[in-house]
Amino acid sequence: MIAGLILPDAGEILFAGKPLRDIKFGYVFQNYREALFPWLRSIDNIEYPLRLMKLPKTERRARTRRLLAHLGVKIDLNCYPYELSGGQQQLVSIMRALVVEPEILFLDEPFSALDYEMTLFMRDQLQRIFVETGTTTVLVSHDLEEAVYLADRILLLSRRPASIADYVHYDAVRPRTDATLSEQHFVLVKAHCLDVFQREVRKV
Amino acid sequence: MTRVRFDPYLPIVGVIALILIWYVAVWYEVVDRVLLPSPSDTFRALWKGMTGGRLSFDFWRTVERTTLATLIAAAFAIPLGIFLGASEKVYRSVEFVIDFFRSTPASAMFPLFLVLFGVGDETKISVAAFGAALVILFNVAYGVMNARKTRLLAAKVMGASRLRVLTDVMLLESLPQTFVGLRNGVSLALVIVVVAEMFIGSTDGLGQRVFESQQLFAMPDMYAAIFAAGALGYGLNLLFLLIERRFVHWSGK
Repeated sequence: MIAGLILPDAGEILFAGKPLRDIKFGYVFQNYREALFPWLRSIDNIEYPLRLMKLPKTERRARTRRLLAHLGVKIDLNCYPYELSGGQQQLVSIMRALVVEPEILFLDEPFSALDYEMTLFMRDQLQRIFVETGTTTVLVSHDLEEAVYLADRILLLSRRPASIADYVHYDAVRPRTDATLSEQHFVLVKAHCLDVFQREVRKV
Repeated sequence: MTRVRFDPYLPIVGVIALILIWYVAVWYEVVDRVLLPSPSDTFRALWKGMTGGRLSFDFWRTVERTTLATLIAAAFAIPLGIFLGASEKVYRSVEFVIDFFRSTPASAMFPLFLVLFGVGDETKISVAAFGAALVILFNVAYGVMNARKTRLLAAKVMGASRLRVLTDVMLLESLPQTFVGLRNGVSLALVIVVVAEMFIGSTDGLGQRVFESQQLFAMPDMYAAIFAAGALGYGLNLLFLLIERRFVHWSGK
């Protein structure tokens, strides 16, 4: 609904006072293999949304270069997506979402198809992107630790029909590190979330 | 220590085995000498035929017909397949008709096409094109329909119009399947062309060469023509595979 794929039955969604259709989105899918275009080189994948916006080539290159320099990503972008590792492909996906300079970055379980090592690395990459750009980010996740670690506001949803089970604040300073994971406050918030989660799951 | 790698040579093993068995069969006259000439006689006939002999002319006539039939088929079937595949409802409504005629042996259509086009190249080429077109059509339509939903969605949320989604995503998504259709289509076209050359008033072509050699009991020539047809079929398939690998580099990845 936030991405505008499903229309609300009633009411409307506003972001900073503006209706959804005026908001620029960056969307990152769970399945990077099926979301990137394998016939385009990585760089062309990233520039594709700019091409849709009918920006001239020089402007597209400039924007991509700026984003790259900003993120400090070290990937050979002349590779085709299938020549990259899973994590690199998802990074390309995220860059494709960021290159339009979105007001909201929407990530749908972006790390669930990656192995644990890559997930940890990507979490920190995402956190860095967030700190650098300050883009409002919505992350859908099944991983409580990930949710609490990355987010300032955690929205816990119940089973179908989904309703909001709890709305948790977690305001630890950034950048958060591995040490954050064992801080008492983090553990408390995570325990609370798990508690709510279990209660919802056991409800029949 | 370096080990010699035999793996690349493995495909030759079967060929050598076949020729050896053939020699043994000829040597012990398992089959009548007239019906089964020796491999060397056959390959001599093949060599003579292909280097300036009659066989080479027939070979190129068959290539010409098959190529033309495939081109005509592709010219009709690819755009139509995209159109039908773009809307699942449209495809479902004509699916039965396509499947029915795809399952009909194309050779059963010869008499009809003979009435329509007369005894000539038009009939052979159009029956072959008809058969190939249905195979290509079906594959293209499925390629378009089975375009990854995530990819279409990705293009949509980035703001691509319906037309852009079609040209930028659907068409490219369907390319691997289109090539499957083209490969099957060209094989089928070759089969139909060869059969047509045998039985509907032909004066040239590989089918006619096989048939005539058999009638004249020129067995080495007949086997030579069969091998030429086999090589042609294999070559056409290989050609399309190479083209596919060049243009659809992401296929299967």
